[in-house]
Amino acid sequence: MRATTPPGQPELIDPGGDVVRCEHISKRYGAVTALTDVNLRLKRGEVLGLIGDNGAGKSTLLKILCGFQPPTSGRIVLEGKEVTLKSVDHARSLGIDAVYQDLALINQLTVYQNMFLNREKIRWPLVRNGIMRKEARERLDSIGVQIPSVNAPVATLSGGQRQAIAVARSVFSDPKILLLDEPLAAMGVKEGAIILDLITRLKREGNVSIIMIAHNYAQVIEVCDRINLIQGGQITLDKPTSETSAEELTELVVEEYRKALEERQRAERSA
Amino acid sequence: MSETAERTVGQTGAPQRGSTGAGGAVLRALRLLGRQREATVFVIAVALFLYFVIDKGSDFTSKSNQVLLWSDFTTPIIIIALGEVFLLICGEIDLSVGFVVGFAPYFMHFLTDYYGFPGLLAIFFALLLGLGVGLVNGFFTVTIGVPSFITTLGTGFVLLGLIDTTSHDQPAQVPADVLGIGKWIANYAWAPIIWAILLTAVFHVVLTRTRWGLHTVSAGGNLLGAREAGINVGRIKYGNFMVTGLLGAFVGLQQMYYTGNISPTLGSYQWMFYAVTAAVIGGTAMLGGVGTIIGAFFGAVVLGILLDGFPLIGVSADPLFIIFGAAILVAMVANVQLTKLRERGQR
Repeated sequence: MRATTPPGQPELIDPGGDVVRCEHISKRYGAVTALTDVNLRLKRGEVLGLIGDNGAGKSTLLKILCGFQPPTSGRIVLEGKEVTLKSVDHARSLGIDAVYQDLALINQLTVYQNMFLNREKIRWPLVRNGIMRKEARERLDSIGVQIPSVNAPVATLSGGQRQAIAVARSVFSDPKILLLDEPLAAMGVKEGAIILDLITRLKREGNVSIIMIAHNYAQVIEVCDRINLIQGGQITLDKPTSETSAEELTELVVEEYRKALEERQRAERSA
Repeated sequence: MSETAERTVGQTGAPQRGSTGAGGAVLRALRLLGRQREATVFVIAVALFLYFVIDKGSDFTSKSNQVLLWSDFTTPIIIIALGEVFLLICGEIDLSVGFVVGFAPYFMHFLTDYYGFPGLLAIFFALLLGLGVGLVNGFFTVTIGVPSFITTLGTGFVLLGLIDTTSHDQPAQVPADVLGIGKWIANYAWAPIIWAILLTAVFHVVLTRTRWGLHTVSAGGNLLGAREAGINVGRIKYGNFMVTGLLGAFVGLQQMYYTGNISPTLGSYQWMFYAVTAAVIGGTAMLGGVGTIIGAFFGAVVLGILLDGFPLIGVSADPLFIIFGAAILVAMVANVQLTKLRERGQR
């Protein structure tokens, strides 16, 4: 899969290492700058934790990586080859799949219809409901998610169940790169454990590399190999998990808040 | 005729029974509630039909009246409703389709009589016109971002103006060239309603058993979510506008054959209003994400029976609209209440 480096070009950093790299990615919405010159690398088989306060740009970066929106500038290098992600479908065909913060579930559709949303099994022109029901059931059972029925509309499920369905949907489409935007947000303790176990299992199997946005630093430390901290649209910290701790991460984020507060107060005093 | 009615019933009753067969008692009860919108409107249609059979006897059951009821009153409402249901489900509406009904026959007439097109080709282009109007509606709504209510209000007026300007408000003869084709579309007494039933079956399957149908529900149920899942919602909406336009053109040609002439008054809002009424009575929500083809079919049947039956019992067309208005309100109240009930049952 890896593109060979053209002669004369420097060898790609860490051959066999980076499965995807963001290089100098910026994103502006009109006058608002969401990301400034972000460089991020994800190594093969790695679980990268992306942390930072609300509005720091985490979700924006994820939505660029999964093809939902293009960056204003910068490039994405997938397995050593520069790619322009044209759409979510295009990114998915390249092996990138995302679980969004809002889950992208359709309330009016059933559990199994949602699990196969836009990846329906078809015998043209009809969808194959029987097979999709059976596989949805098997997949949810295999990771221990309990759902009353795969025929239930997702509107009737709890927040944690909905989240589990969204995660299961992406995991079972066999991506090479899995992007998770707060996969544990609405989860109870048991459901959270199901997803954490799932991520740990995927990591052990080693076929997929994961970027995970999370707010619970203890959980981040538990499953991630490396941590990137985004502050104000820039990556300000990049450390292996072994060299940091939940306390340090909390301190960094709180410090940012205090600094901003002080600056504001100073500005108000001088005004 | 009752043969036709029974066939319709049998056809749509089967999937309901099939899907309620599995699962526990609670699930079955919930399913039944979920289906009740279609069931309710079906029961109303049957009750109305029986009422007129008992009250008016052979006046109502005569072949000529049944043809009038099914092929004249009900068929156009059904066919246009098929398109509107898909649009309403994906969160849009087409107010202009009634004027496609009016313009398509003129367009065909101009092509054959003024530009020498062969009949079949002119019919093809008249249907293409419907697709074209849908494409324009899609362009303004999806690509430019004008709400479809406004877009289609505009295109509807443009079409009305085109009908009046190009026809000089004069009716026209059906071109001799195309008369032969007409018998398959409208001249055989039962041809229109058979078209309507076949199209209903096809659209029902498309809505419930194909990716297009699921993605239409997704676009209306959760627009952002559908986009995030990689569904090309723009394509879905474009497509549904175009299909609705095509159906409008088809109904226009059917009406042309049925009435035997081309009239400038054929194009009107009435078609769209009846179709949307049928959809709403049948359980389609205006907010998107929810709707059924079978419900709209029986909604149209209810309207058709009322349109046909009331004059028979001496009620004129004027108070009929009071009944229609009340029916819409009652249907919507029932929808809202049923939705609440279902939600309570499931939590």
